[in-house]
This record gives sequence, C-alpha cells and structure tokens, in this order.
Amino acid sequence: MESKKDYPLWEVFIRSNRGIDHKHAGSLRAADAEMALQNARDLYTRRSEGVSIWVVPSNQIIASDPDDKEILFDPSKDKIYRHPTFYSLPDELEHM
Amino acid sequence: MNTSPAPSKSDLFKYTLRQADNSMVLCQRLCQWAARGPDLEEDISLTNIGLDLIGQARSLYQYSASLCDQQVNEDDLAFMRDSHEWSNLLLVEQPNGDFADTIARQYLYDAWHLLFLEQLTESNDTTLAAIAAKSIKEVKYHNRHSSMWIKRLGDGTEVSHQRMQDAIAAVWPFTAEMFIPDELDQRMLEFGTGVDLKALKHTWDSQVSSLLVDATLSKPVAGEAIVGGRQGQHAEYLGDLLEEMQSLPRSMPNHQW
Repeated sequence: MESKKDYPLWEVFIRSNRGIDHKHAGSLRAADAEMALQNARDLYTRRSEGVSIWVVPSNQIIASDPDDKEILFDPSKDKIYRHPTFYSLPDELEHM
Repeated sequence: MNTSPAPSKSDLFKYTLRQADNSMVLCQRLCQWAARGPDLEEDISLTNIGLDLIGQARSLYQYSASLCDQQVNEDDLAFMRDSHEWSNLLLVEQPNGDFADTIARQYLYDAWHLLFLEQLTESNDTTLAAIAAKSIKEVKYHNRHSSMWIKRLGDGTEVSHQRMQDAIAAVWPFTAEMFIPDELDQRMLEFGTGVDLKALKHTWDSQVSSLLVDATLSKPVAGEAIVGGRQGQHAEYLGDLLEEMQSLPRSMPNHQW
C-alpha cells in the first residue's frame, strides 16, 4: 500500500532528438500532471536527452500478467513465417 | 538607448560583478538543499536551478575578470573575496529557512531576475546582452517552478497557507532593494548599458500581486526597505555562507583536481 505521505507515482516517456517514438525513461512522484512534467524535465532531460515528454499515472497502465506468458507469447514462437525475412528486396529499396 | 560614450572599464567590472554575485550566492543557498529536499524530485529541482545559476555566474565572473585591472580569474572573484567585497542583493543571501522560505525568496527573485534579464538583452554591451539572452531561458523555468509552489502552498492546506504567508512576509523587506538604483546603476543606465531598475517595479508588482491572489495569499504592506547589499553591507549570514563555500579553495590555493 502506498504511504499517505507520498505523492502518486508517474511513468515518464521521453522522445529523444533522434527518435519519433517516446520511450520509457523511468518513474517519479508528483502531486499532479503539471508537477510530474516539471519533475520529469529535471530528472530525465538534464543531459539534453529529449524534445518531448509524456507523463502517465502509473496506475493507469494495465500490464499483462507474467503468468500469462505462455498463452500470450509462446504460440508465435514457431511461426517464423510471420517475420518478413523470406522476401528478397530489390536493391533500389534503400530504407528498409 | 544612448549609445555613446561607453562606461568606464571599472564601472562595467563592478556592474557585471554584482550580477555574478547574485547568481553565485543564490546558487550556494540552493545547493545547501542537496540531500535535504522535501522529496527526491524537489531536491534535484532545487539543485538544478542552482546549477543553472552557477553557469550564469561563471559567464559573468569570466567577463568581470577580463575587465579587472588586476590579474584575476573567475575563481579568484568567487573564492578570494571577503563578505564586505560582495555586492549581491540582500534578498539572495537570506537563509533557506523551511521550504516555504526558500520558495518565497526564490519566486520574488525569479520574477525580478526575468524582468532584469529581458532589459539587459537590450544593453549596448554585447557580452552582457548575450549572457542575458542565454540566461533567460533558464530563468523562465525557475520562475515557473517557484510560481507553481507559491500557488500550491498558498492555496494548499491551512498549515501550508500560513507558512507560505509568513515566508513572504519575512523576505518582503529585502525586495525593495532590487528597485533602488545607486550611482553606478544610474551611470550604467545613462550609457545604455545597464537596466532601469525603477522601471521594473511596476511590472514586478503587478505580476507578484496577481500570483499572490491566485495563491490566496495577501501582499505584505511595504515597510521600510532594507538595503546595502550592493555596497557590501551584508548580514553575518553571508559570512557563514562564504566561509563554507570558500573553505576548500582557500585552504588549498591553486590546487587542481
């Protein structure tokens, strides 16, 4: 159980200079979204890592159950044909 | 702005040194919060702001050193001067107190600092203007951070409201000094190099008033102004702060890492 003295937990996602996706950077405590963004700036962008920040209340993230690993992920293991590695790509295609 | 003639080198030195001293002393105060912050996040925020300020102080000390008649460097200016040679505003040397005291001091200074730098970018001294332009982005963030806390604590619980109100009242008498020009300020203004301190007062007043209203806090009545920082008349607080800050370079002069 969370102590009453602690602020709620937030997950921080940072979009880096070189990426188009926001990547999980870590977590922090803050009273609300405004404070979470400011704290994220101080904690996770000090070395010019980012161009954009997302913060999400940690309790809003729905995680898969580790016990479900078998039914969720194992069935795809023997289906290598789902990987697009059976095509020969024309040379003209540069950015694949 | 009047662009000729230029201020004397020694005036420019003293003027630059004042701004450097403000940043350096406030930085040292904020860094005293390291490992004592109300939580990990805020601990890092306060020291981050301190680090911004030391960056600004370094630029200003380096420029001051280049203007000084004696052979000095930035470290000599920061570590080898005694309390009576420091020309920072009294506001920035006020002790940290509790978190509300620190935030009150910070916000009232940030609001002034931002206005001051905005004007300094118009200076005909290109170095001062450039340092100001670079510092503004940082100080805008400082101002956002401290305003947020004024609102949160003012409009928070009964206890936080009272402590924020007391904190504002305690540092208020030191704010007047920020708007009272002395002869050096006056000369620098006439040359188009320095900032018109009196002109900042109106905007600062209205910004501070409106934030205090948002924070459900009342503005203290203007009492007698406490001044003297720029003339080197400091409380013993500054002596203690400098003693700690300067102890290492003084006990091991010219030591290199």
